[in-house]
Amino acid sequence: MTWFLRNWTDVALALWQHVAISLTALSIAFALSLAIGIVAARREKLYGAVMTLSGILYTIPTLAFLAFLIPVVGLGRTNAIITMVAFSLMILIRSVATGIREVPAEVIDAARGMGMNPGQIMRRIELPLALPLIVAGLRVSAVTVISVTVVAAYVNAGGLGTLIFNGIASDHPAKIWAGALTVCALAVVVDLLLALTERKLKRQRAG
Amino acid sequence: MLIDAWNYILTHPTQFWRALGVHISLSASALLIAALVCIPTGIAVARRSSLSLAVVNVANVGRTLPSLAVLALVMPLLGTGFAPALFALTLIALPPIVTHTITAMRGVDADAIDAALGMGMTRAGLLWKVELPMALPVIFAGLRTAAVQVISGAVLAAFIGGGGLGDFITAGIAMMAVPQLLVGAIPVALLALGTDFLFGALQRRMTPQGLRA
Repeated sequence: MTWFLRNWTDVALALWQHVAISLTALSIAFALSLAIGIVAARREKLYGAVMTLSGILYTIPTLAFLAFLIPVVGLGRTNAIITMVAFSLMILIRSVATGIREVPAEVIDAARGMGMNPGQIMRRIELPLALPLIVAGLRVSAVTVISVTVVAAYVNAGGLGTLIFNGIASDHPAKIWAGALTVCALAVVVDLLLALTERKLKRQRAG
Repeated sequence: MLIDAWNYILTHPTQFWRALGVHISLSASALLIAALVCIPTGIAVARRSSLSLAVVNVANVGRTLPSLAVLALVMPLLGTGFAPALFALTLIALPPIVTHTITAMRGVDADAIDAALGMGMTRAGLLWKVELPMALPVIFAGLRTAAVQVISGAVLAAFIGGGGLGDFITAGIAMMAVPQLLVGAIPVALLALGTDFLFGALQRRMTPQGLRA
């Protein structure tokens, strides 16, 4: 505790780095998934192929994935961000595509009957109705990305994992505690905030 | 690069097989212990709504905690080595198994339970012949998630001296030796994918004939 009080600026800096890396990766992954999800949602075969491929990326252990990229992009933040994006694709694409698929056919028929074109239907009908599921996907992938960022500190990406690794290397339990507990708190808080958003959206839908 | 990695295995067979053995025994033991704790617990609490909700909520918080943070937190308390790593990995395996078991048991068709009771089945008969077979596919989905998480987590166990294939990756990164890095990364990736596939196949096998789509 005394270590934490004396070095809270280090912890705050690591926390800020952690949030920045996670947010960058999540934004890239979300943009990609939104595009892929919209294209694949109504194409059965393409969707199957996309799910298989992103499922494989999701199953490969984080540290192994970071290691595979070292010969290609070396150590550092780029490596970490590619790994995190690869890791979150499956969850995000599935949530976007499922959200769109669950929009009732009558609603889309009605929109078409009102003279909307496919682009308008996507923007004004399908995506808004898919929003609760998309937020649910964001929630799971945000927590996943925060968790991957901890490991990515090992390839010099920075963040709270750095404190943990330094603590392990120098046999300094206070650093380990500070890093590990802060990152746990971050994950729990982010999960809670997105869960509340999800619930609010669902309630709005219900009435 | 791949050839160098292959040669590394050929010149260091004992290290490689030992690391693979440790990795598998660490993961399998963690999964087994977690299953032995969580499946009976899940079955026991599933009947009580408020208790189920409490357990699921705790498990969901546990699920959000990063694997590496869990391993790191165990280290100052229990030290380094196989046993602390096993403890941490078991903790990582608990949440998916217990939540899936509870969801599975609560999801059993109430009409099927009514019919079984109407036929005069005992509570034990109901559990073994109706509820468990119907819940099994979902319980297996939980085991599958847990298994993949534990195998990934076991790579990180190298950081707290737990051994396993992660040792090659950390050594490879430390020395920037790509072949050694691949000796750890390729087998562990295949292990994770193979396990996922195997559990997926078992899950389909476990689905009772009448419930198959």
